[in-house]
Amino acid sequence: MIGIVDYRAGNLTSVARALEHLHEPCEVTDRPEVLDRASHIIFPGVGAAAEAMANLRRSGLDAWLKKWVQEGRPVLGICLGTQVILSESEEDGTTPGLGIIPGVVKKFPGTLQAEGQRLKIPHMGWNTVDFQGDHPVFAGLPRAAEFYFVHSYYPAPMDERLVVGWTRYGIRFCAALARDNLVAVQFHPEKSGRPGLRILSNFCRWGGNDAA
Amino acid sequence: MLRKRIIPCLDVRAGKLTKGIKFKGNIDIGDPVEAARQYYEQGADEIVFYDITASSDQRQIMLDVVRRVAATIFIPFSVGGGIRTLDDMRAVILAGAEKVSVNSAAVQNPRLIAEGAKAFGSQCIVLGMDVKRVEASARIPSGYEIVIHGGRIDTGRDALEWAREAERLGAGEICLNSIDADGTRDGYEIRLTSLISGHVGIPVIASGGAGTPEHLHDVLTRGRADAALIASMVHYRTHTLADIKAYLSGRGVPVREHWT
Repeated sequence: MIGIVDYRAGNLTSVARALEHLHEPCEVTDRPEVLDRASHIIFPGVGAAAEAMANLRRSGLDAWLKKWVQEGRPVLGICLGTQVILSESEEDGTTPGLGIIPGVVKKFPGTLQAEGQRLKIPHMGWNTVDFQGDHPVFAGLPRAAEFYFVHSYYPAPMDERLVVGWTRYGIRFCAALARDNLVAVQFHPEKSGRPGLRILSNFCRWGGNDAA
Repeated sequence: MLRKRIIPCLDVRAGKLTKGIKFKGNIDIGDPVEAARQYYEQGADEIVFYDITASSDQRQIMLDVVRRVAATIFIPFSVGGGIRTLDDMRAVILAGAEKVSVNSAAVQNPRLIAEGAKAFGSQCIVLGMDVKRVEASARIPSGYEIVIHGGRIDTGRDALEWAREAERLGAGEICLNSIDADGTRDGYEIRLTSLISGHVGIPVIASGGAGTPEHLHDVLTRGRADAALIASMVHYRTHTLADIKAYLSGRGVPVREHWT
């Protein structure tokens, strides 16, 4: 069973629907005792970082998530879930994150330009990800496949060697990162058509070791 | 580079698909869930559902359509038409839509945008604007007026001023429909689209008037639109999404090309 961590950060049912479509049993829950029975965890979410962190602390899921990651069990962060995994966010001044991956979540500068036009924030729509290496979760994707993004902030891990996917929007930013049993993406695989479903399917089959 | 989105729009009435011409004389052309699945398979970047007559009992039918669509396609989709309250928005989002589109109700009660953005995030809130060309005046300096209730009621409100106000209130995107161009298949209202898109910091979806791939090219380049809504072009099978995208790509417009 795939556990989908519910911490009241937006509507998480779209991830569950995508997994159901892939015939992967899953459960959306905020109860650690249920999540403990999962083989894999997906940590999605949209919305504000500060409120998300407050919800995680209140439910005790912050400590539970750190323990899960330390135990080497597979976890996939999506969008806000990915951002919260880092040390802190520039959102609302400075908002502390879970600190599982050292790094900062940064806001896109309001002055980004491409071909003489001011770029709009949020970065909303389909963009390519330049995948690095051959991580099993990103295997079998068409080269130059596009993924669906909607965000105003992006993750910047301190150790750039953790970045496994770069995307360009005025600047180059980290769209996917990986370390051991953890994979985290800024885009929405559950809303990215076939290539996105492929990532979810790969993740559900992944043992949590990036050398696999 | 961020791709320009091509978005089929499906008008739904009582759970069935229609295609409105100038908002009158709609005809049924089939099942919205099946149409959404086909467009998803054919490379749509997003889908817009517009619930034409949203009486309360028909709203339940639409929510059932939304649930079935959400289990069938794995790209974003939005639902508009008759969204008047926070509860209306919540029902549509919980049924599985990424975004809700508000139009007339937001003009009458702009707080709806702010409340929606606060409750669900700006990325969920699309402002639908129906706009009519008028003579520029002190009250309507842009020469474009907001109309509501499917174009039946003039509001005396300037379209550019309303677009900026909606952005300030927290709208995440604007779907800009030209009443003059809608249903003509003579091309989008380029001047209007460029004006609005150039003066807001949020994405603008152009709507109304698409008849040929060249029309999309014009609005996505000169019109500065971030996305283009299409309807009869694909509904009547005069074009396919693949044709349109191949044309745009060939002329240097970045579009999503890997959907299989």
